[in-house]
Amino acid sequence: MRSICLYFQIHQPFRLRTYRFFDIGNDSNYYDEYQNRFIIRRVAEKCYLPANKLLLTLIRRHGQAFRVCFSISGTAIEQFEKYTPEVLDSFKQLAATGQVEFLAETYGHSLAGLKNKEEFKRQILMHSQRVEELFGIKPTSFRNTELIYSDEIGATIAEMGFYSILAEGAKHILGWRSPNYLYYNALNPRLRVLLRNFRLSDDIGFRFSNKAWSEWPLTAEKYVSWLNAFDPNQELVNIFLDYETFGEHHWKETGIFEFLEALPKTILTQSNFEFHTPTEIASLHQPVAPIHVPHATSWADEERDLTAWLGNELQEEAVSNLYALVSKVYACDDPSIWKDWLYLQTSDHFYYMCTKWFSDGEVHKYFNPYPSPYEAYINYMNVLSDFIIRVEKNSVGKLEYEGWPSLKSVYEFNNISGPPLPFVTQAPHFVRSDKKSSKLMAQPSDLIHFSDRKLKSALKNTDSEFIAKIIANSAEEVTDKILRNLTKQRGEEVKELAHEIKKVSKKALSEAVEEILLHIQK
Amino acid sequence: MRVLMFGWEFPPHITGGLGTACYGLTKGLMKHGVEVIFVVPKAYGDEDQSAVRLVDASDIVVDPNDSEFKGLWDRIKYMEISSTIIPYVSPEKFEDMKIREELNKHRDEQHVLSRKYEFSGKYGPRLLEEVSRYALIGSALAAKEEFDVIHAHDWLTYPAGIAAKNVSKKPLIVHIHATEFDRSGQNVNPEIYEIEKRGMEEADFVISVSNFTRNICIEKYHIDPDKIITVHNAVEPADNMESPTVERNLDDKIVTFLGRITFQKGPEYFVEAARKVLDRYPNVRFVMAGTGDMQQKMIRRVAKLKMGTKFHFTGFLKGNEVNKLLAMTDVFVMPSVSEPFGIVPLEAMQSNVPVVISKQSGVSEVLKHAIKVDFWDVNALADAIYGLLAYPKLPEMATREGKSEVDNLKWENAAFLVKQVYERAIRLSSSN
Repeated sequence: MRSICLYFQIHQPFRLRTYRFFDIGNDSNYYDEYQNRFIIRRVAEKCYLPANKLLLTLIRRHGQAFRVCFSISGTAIEQFEKYTPEVLDSFKQLAATGQVEFLAETYGHSLAGLKNKEEFKRQILMHSQRVEELFGIKPTSFRNTELIYSDEIGATIAEMGFYSILAEGAKHILGWRSPNYLYYNALNPRLRVLLRNFRLSDDIGFRFSNKAWSEWPLTAEKYVSWLNAFDPNQELVNIFLDYETFGEHHWKETGIFEFLEALPKTILTQSNFEFHTPTEIASLHQPVAPIHVPHATSWADEERDLTAWLGNELQEEAVSNLYALVSKVYACDDPSIWKDWLYLQTSDHFYYMCTKWFSDGEVHKYFNPYPSPYEAYINYMNVLSDFIIRVEKNSVGKLEYEGWPSLKSVYEFNNISGPPLPFVTQAPHFVRSDKKSSKLMAQPSDLIHFSDRKLKSALKNTDSEFIAKIIANSAEEVTDKILRNLTKQRGEEVKELAHEIKKVSKKALSEAVEEILLHIQK
Repeated sequence: MRVLMFGWEFPPHITGGLGTACYGLTKGLMKHGVEVIFVVPKAYGDEDQSAVRLVDASDIVVDPNDSEFKGLWDRIKYMEISSTIIPYVSPEKFEDMKIREELNKHRDEQHVLSRKYEFSGKYGPRLLEEVSRYALIGSALAAKEEFDVIHAHDWLTYPAGIAAKNVSKKPLIVHIHATEFDRSGQNVNPEIYEIEKRGMEEADFVISVSNFTRNICIEKYHIDPDKIITVHNAVEPADNMESPTVERNLDDKIVTFLGRITFQKGPEYFVEAARKVLDRYPNVRFVMAGTGDMQQKMIRRVAKLKMGTKFHFTGFLKGNEVNKLLAMTDVFVMPSVSEPFGIVPLEAMQSNVPVVISKQSGVSEVLKHAIKVDFWDVNALADAIYGLLAYPKLPEMATREGKSEVDNLKWENAAFLVKQVYERAIRLSSSN
């Protein structure tokens, strides 16, 4: 079987307004409402709405044979809700066909995968929940911000139970090999890695409307002839694109919609490729080899590296100042801080500070609202300075995770056992190893993050036997904290019980901790 | 290729950027094998003549009874020497004025059409007279020297350039370093405007130091855009050995304005921005170096804004004092309202100082690693200054990248473009 995977990225950042230093401490409205609304509406009109309409038509026309896949960042979803709810409705219509897969990503389209694992997981969880709420499907495959991928990121994603991940078929990671096979993560073979065929993707994404290109004009027939030219053993072609390719990067006058309309029919009739989505591909194809990516790659620029976001000291400084706030932000209970925390992580803000385009083409400039990286940096740092003040004020003396997706729900998310997607023909043929999951079981040390007040009330409702198991098998730090939150009498009782119990298995210990976590949740 | 070049000054006897630019350009031209005969109104004998043959116009003797010159003079005379205006005079020159008046007493007897004429080579009250005489010299030289093309720098030398063209029939290039609009704002001197306009019209090609200036030539002088070519100025490599080490006894950071305190340089925007920055960032001092007709007003404004202890006026700084100030500076600001090019930010960058410049400056067209703001946008200006003070990575990168950027603005490259203009002009005039 040969598969072609069409994936479209949909992302919009909350663009920042011109924020002067004298606003710091005075005004915490960071976003350019007017510009954001204007852009979302324009792109909706030119791209999202007509393209969604066309895809729906194509799905109806070709039935089961045509499938596509999207990821929509959390910041894009929120802006659709705010400015163009009809766009969300049209995605819901597509979701209802059962032939569209929605991928998980970080809620804020962030660089958290490179900077903070816990935040990374939280954002994925938040995003998955949001997608499930909206479209009724729990995401089972993942793609990271701008296709940023490394062995380590893949391992985290595998840990969370995703079946597959999308990455760039960069020359420097593939070497002589072809992107047209299914690969697996080098640290965790469970996770399938789909590599973007950048030549065929960029033929549509970058070159389609370029009249100087020798292949212009590009027709569906010509495109399919390139697919047919591949060695028949190459069984997978991944076309990953910005959704804005349709109608925004290439205007409708270029014939891009006609091309998209003709493509499914031409592929289905003139080649032996079938349309599949990432989760299906994970179950339908055998991976051929591990793909080793020790240093993170992305789909950006010629270098396919991180330098568009983390290539100079301004970007490094801004990002590290931001992520230095993680633990303080987690202690905040002001919902507006949680929101800004996500919005300020969006990778676009750092992209605007890139100095590469001084020498490197116009692509960056096109997306950049700032005249230079220096202005972008000053503006962002002004905003961040105000945000830091708010976080410092709000987090003082608090150590709770209230309102945030808790660690426990992150653990729960590990088990994507939910209903298989309607179009998955067979269950993925790999088995979760228990050894791996034991790493993710609740640990007694998880308890020390909670406030005494919370722990006290949770312990009240927890069976003494569970508490005793923890007392008998934990570090002093944990036992002290627990005993401190028990009445004297109960403390004595638990200690005695612990003396009898002595050692318990890891699993039993984890269950005991989970029991307490459960009461904290309540 | 040989060029007859007319300039008004040549290092070390310079008052502004013009002489420095001419010097850099001639050195660059030499590298491309172009010979330059450089004519100045007055040579002092200590000029660096490695790249040029310097001709002192004061040494040129003309015979006023020669019928040829009489005919020439009739053509030059269109500018009357009645005017007493003192264009180009920088305020810091006011002090010199008295001395110059003394000198002029001697010259009162000296008629512009005498056999020998002693130029002052300055921008004094008899400037227009000197310009006329210089033009006469131009035609005398044009008849005497062998050359392929004529190149005249700024309006003072345009009459000479035109005269030389008339005599020799060689192509004329005029080089616009500044226009009357940049120097005088709205109070344009109509005589100078006429000379500038005529020079550009008579020229085969016009070289402007920036697109900013090019647009002024098109819009205000109605010159055919096809014959105006922008060649941005460059900068002489900094002599690293000489950069002074200055002991800083202040914890405060220093933000500097360096230039004439006149409307064109936008000093008031600097003052207003200073107040805004000080409100949020107290550990900083502002320095305004230079003099000018707006100085009194600025001092009053600073007092009114109650920042007298944080805002300092230095008066006119000479040579090494400038370098010392730059060595102490954390942020250099040039908020010019109208600046044909603006070499000082480049010197600041060479001294490892990050710069904020107005978009209304020619130099902003060649710099990437400078923060650019509209001169009138005081908030943006204040924000840029604050950013450079408050976020240490910003000056770090701007300084490092800026230095290497400026090091690559070489006169050799500018001279190459100028040579191409020469070649075009010669080709065109020989085919006609």
